[in-house]
Amino acid sequence: MNAPEAKGSFKFVGSRPIRPDGVEKVTGKAVFGTDYKAANMLHGAIVRSPHPHARIKSIDTSKAEAVPGVKAVVTGADFPSIEDIIVRTGESSGSALDMSTNIMAKGEALYDGHAVAAVAAVTKQAALEAARLIAVDYEVLPHVIDINDAFAAEAPKVKEGIQAADLGEGQATRPNVTMKFPMAKGDAAAAMASAAHVVSGHYSLKPVHQGYIEPHAAVATWKADGKVDVWCSSQGQFDVRGLTASVLHIDVGNVRVMPLEIGGGFGGKTTIYLEPVAALLSKKSGRPVRVAMTREEVFRATGPAPGGEIDVKLGADADGKIVAAEIDLKYSSGAFSGGDVWAGAAHSINHYAIENYAVTGWNVLCNMPKHAAYRAPGAPQINFAVECAVNDLAEKLGMDPIEMRLKNAVLPGATGPMGNTLGEIGLVECLEAAKAHPHYSAPLGANQARGVACGSWMNYGGPSTAAVALADDGSVLVTEGNPDIGGSRASMALMAAETLGVPYEKVSVTIADTGSIGYSMVTGGSRTTYATGIAVIEAAKGVINIMRERAAKMWECDAGDVEWDDGKAVCKTGDNAGKTLTLAEIAAKAGATGGPIAFENGVNPLQHLPGYGAHICDVEVDKETGNVSVVRYTVVQDVGKAIHPAYVEGQMQGGAVQGIGWALNEAYIYNKDGRLDNAGFLDYRIPVASDMPMIDTVMVEKANPGHPYGVKGVGEVPIVPPLAAVGSAVSKAVGKPMRSLPISPDKVHAALNGG
Amino acid sequence: MSRIHVTTTVNGDEREYLCSPGQTLLDALRDELGMTGSKEGCGSGDCGACTVVLDGEMVCSCLVLAAEAEGRRVDTIEGVSEGSELHPIQQKFLENAALQCGFCTPGFIVASKALLEKNPNPTETEVRYWLAGNLCRCTGYDKIVRAVMDAAAELRQERTAA
Amino acid sequence: MPSPAYHAPDTVKEATDLLAANKGAKPLAGGTDLIVQMQSGRMAPAAIVDLKRIAGLKEIREEADHFAIGAAVPCTSLKNNAALVAEWPGVVEAANLIGSVQVRNRATMAGNLCNASPAADSVPALVAAGASVVVAGPSGEREVPVEQIPTGPGKTSLGDGEFVSEIRIPRKAKGGSDAYLRSIPRTEMDIAVVGAGAQVVVDDSGTCTAARIAIGAAAPTVLLVEDAGKALVGSKLDDAAFAKMMEAVSAACNPIDDKRGTVAYRKATAGVLAKRVVEIARQRAGGN
Repeated sequence: MNAPEAKGSFKFVGSRPIRPDGVEKVTGKAVFGTDYKAANMLHGAIVRSPHPHARIKSIDTSKAEAVPGVKAVVTGADFPSIEDIIVRTGESSGSALDMSTNIMAKGEALYDGHAVAAVAAVTKQAALEAARLIAVDYEVLPHVIDINDAFAAEAPKVKEGIQAADLGEGQATRPNVTMKFPMAKGDAAAAMASAAHVVSGHYSLKPVHQGYIEPHAAVATWKADGKVDVWCSSQGQFDVRGLTASVLHIDVGNVRVMPLEIGGGFGGKTTIYLEPVAALLSKKSGRPVRVAMTREEVFRATGPAPGGEIDVKLGADADGKIVAAEIDLKYSSGAFSGGDVWAGAAHSINHYAIENYAVTGWNVLCNMPKHAAYRAPGAPQINFAVECAVNDLAEKLGMDPIEMRLKNAVLPGATGPMGNTLGEIGLVECLEAAKAHPHYSAPLGANQARGVACGSWMNYGGPSTAAVALADDGSVLVTEGNPDIGGSRASMALMAAETLGVPYEKVSVTIADTGSIGYSMVTGGSRTTYATGIAVIEAAKGVINIMRERAAKMWECDAGDVEWDDGKAVCKTGDNAGKTLTLAEIAAKAGATGGPIAFENGVNPLQHLPGYGAHICDVEVDKETGNVSVVRYTVVQDVGKAIHPAYVEGQMQGGAVQGIGWALNEAYIYNKDGRLDNAGFLDYRIPVASDMPMIDTVMVEKANPGHPYGVKGVGEVPIVPPLAAVGSAVSKAVGKPMRSLPISPDKVHAALNGG
Repeated sequence: MSRIHVTTTVNGDEREYLCSPGQTLLDALRDELGMTGSKEGCGSGDCGACTVVLDGEMVCSCLVLAAEAEGRRVDTIEGVSEGSELHPIQQKFLENAALQCGFCTPGFIVASKALLEKNPNPTETEVRYWLAGNLCRCTGYDKIVRAVMDAAAELRQERTAA
Repeated sequence: MPSPAYHAPDTVKEATDLLAANKGAKPLAGGTDLIVQMQSGRMAPAAIVDLKRIAGLKEIREEADHFAIGAAVPCTSLKNNAALVAEWPGVVEAANLIGSVQVRNRATMAGNLCNASPAADSVPALVAAGASVVVAGPSGEREVPVEQIPTGPGKTSLGDGEFVSEIRIPRKAKGGSDAYLRSIPRTEMDIAVVGAGAQVVVDDSGTCTAARIAIGAAAPTVLLVEDAGKALVGSKLDDAAFAKMMEAVSAACNPIDDKRGTVAYRKATAGVLAKRVVEIARQRAGGN
């Protein structure tokens, strides 16, 4: 694609209309994943391991099967044996075998909450009672949860059959380390040795959960002809279809997934947990089966994002130019390999032009659920460590931290750490905007301090399909395949309206099931407005071409002599020169001019650009109790072009608040027996309304030439900077580095009292 | 198992259902009456997605037994708009983009309406503390708080005009 | 899962009969603890005895020498009683820190007490206020100081068939007031990591003539720290008296490390909060 077609001013793009699905959602009528019911449906319940690691010696289901109303029981033995194929799910890719094993234990329970059996009955109560009566004989095995413990050469194995990474000659095998990911440039050691200023630190983060408010639920029916229908909410019905087919070992064409409204995902609903279980229960019972998780099950058996143990050492010359970086990052991935550590490594040095670096990432298994993507997967953890270190370096040099960043910022045209050339990126513009923001120079009160940090996410494009059709009254019908998690129907309608030149209100948007349109990758990776947006724009352009042909037919001229301008066909030559036909006029005559007007196309755009942001955070610390409050917060971000600015601001605010929660309160807490001790919203403490100030937003709009309207992905960047912005602010207020998240009151209190 | 017959008023209509003694009001609304606007996010009173008004006071319907509703008055999200006319709070949520995924939205709207009926002119802090029992993971609360403040202003104006 | 029976008796007598007849029966007031425990499977009562339809248990009575708060009075209702708010602002505030507005529209102080969590917010305030409860049982009623109801986490001194029917808070002394504060990681929706309630009485000269300090979440039950009160009595609530009081608080604390906080944090913060609540109570009492 060439330069943006944007004329600098848009008719609809950039406005803030009410979203098409809004009324349904404010009136309680929208049907979410947890709301769907099928006729004659059974209710499922899942039996979960109370042990973090155990051999399953036997499962006795006889008592459960005797409960009146029970129609089916399944265990790991009912899952087909499958090849260990790699399945791509958009934000992450994984082995189908691992996914199957995560969904239902096979011989070995690998974490507290691991599913070991499931039952379906005519009532919820009967299903729960039957689940209670399933007797599982466990042989408890040693477990390991903490990354440092799991990394040790003498650590207990997280499971049988781990393929430990080859750590190189002379290196002892570490049984739970499944990947070593090195990245290097120049001579980091030599540059560090000659650096004028060096800072270093060790940073720790616990796993955190995505914390969507809607628990997982799925309804499936396995019909006598072997076709499986699934109703669920997810970030991508097509990937649910693909993963479910892989795990069930059936043809993709035999699975149809109906997308329901999704109550938050943040990456955690790019994978599957319940769909194959419901399908197998349905196969055995011959009836539709609904399986739903309680909040406790969500915490014990889904997500989370990796914890991390990270060492950072940065060296700068006397002027503040960063000359060397040595970074070692260990990320957990649960009881299955894969994980985000490569992304962590890739995002470790991507803000700054550093000539010498040595980065080593390690993927470490632990007895926890298979980790799942969480908003900018892998980036917030490493960014916490690196950005805190940059602030330390600025302090050591007596430099303003934004000046320090400006001095080192990557510029358009630079080569990214993954070898990609960075195009029209906007880090410098974000830093300049942050520096100029009144927040940055506002006076601080007693016991207050300010932290800044920048952050980025690579973003993504990838495959999407969209269709545009016209009704005979001129209504425009957009059909696409990406679940709307935060207002994307509105963005699609705006882009269609802009392309066609018809009012937003004339456009309706349908998110189709997998049987009704071609493939689209998940809503994730900050790809939807970019990639699916392009699919919609291209489909609209296809419709324009058809309309030009139809107008030409009506005018009896050549389609080449008809132009599309501001919602109308304009005849350029001949007797009809200067005449116009509106979209509605052409649509009304569609039957006579060649039939219905519609165009569907698939695209695979990859000219997305990484997004950058800079955050400013003020905290106030109660020095007697260690309580921290965020008193002011500003998010600056390069958004390319905001299609619907209110929903872009919403992404920036929501991501920032998730990051603040991660910094201050959120963490998985396991007890000594390896059981999750805070599997609920009471003790897994996500931010509440009274914890937060208003979140100020500054949208920097540096258009992406790779999108017709200049879109860059915006959803993920905002969760990346807050950990370091908050952490640095608290460190300053306390007078000591706070390098272990969450920065809870007892940690602050201990630091203030010499701990 | 003996089921209890309950007669209660839901959004002004007399309704009946059968429930088991341990069943919650939320389950009765969703499963017995098919009113799925009230959502279950936690089942433990920590998220507020199931907020309804019981005899004039907002409660988590997951923390009320279905049997307790006998002879009471229950008001849910389904009764907030009058026919097809949105309540000003619903309208302001839409105008302010105060929802992203929309799952917590019914609970927020029921809670916000309860607030503005008691306190027509709340401060930002009052709004934030009143809504502290409603979790939203998408918005960071900024636009929700603005929507409630906007709706309060509009309702005050309507009241003055009337 | 065996489903319990549900009863909604009209009188205290019927309630005690139902509870006495079935050892697995549980009284239901606000339900904000009981229903959560039932849903999670941690408790499976054989029967539920709903107290909310018993006449009088949803009322607050203003007697000559005490306030009588029925067992089914939700926490938010306490705020509507102007006399109670004027005399015991700390009790009312403590009860209105529990959970959310939704929760407080159901939760009761009697339930908060009988759930027997050492971190219950209203209990240190009630203990500091010198409150007692009426325990109704098969053999009639008895009155017991609040601090004698919980005996350990989740355990109470209530006998078979007994339940707390009323909380009694004495009318405040001249020159007296109270306060309650807690430390939590967030601003709302958390369980106290540590909490402190205080009642102080100050004479016209500014001298403290009586003080009761109670600490929550720092021992298996809420602590009435008598030495802390003694440290203040006779003083002008000066720094020296505060130092002694805080020392007594720290010495009395016997907390645990858990997911909500550490021993060191709880011990140190208990003293800080105690000092803050005494200062607030003194200001409310009219001293300075």
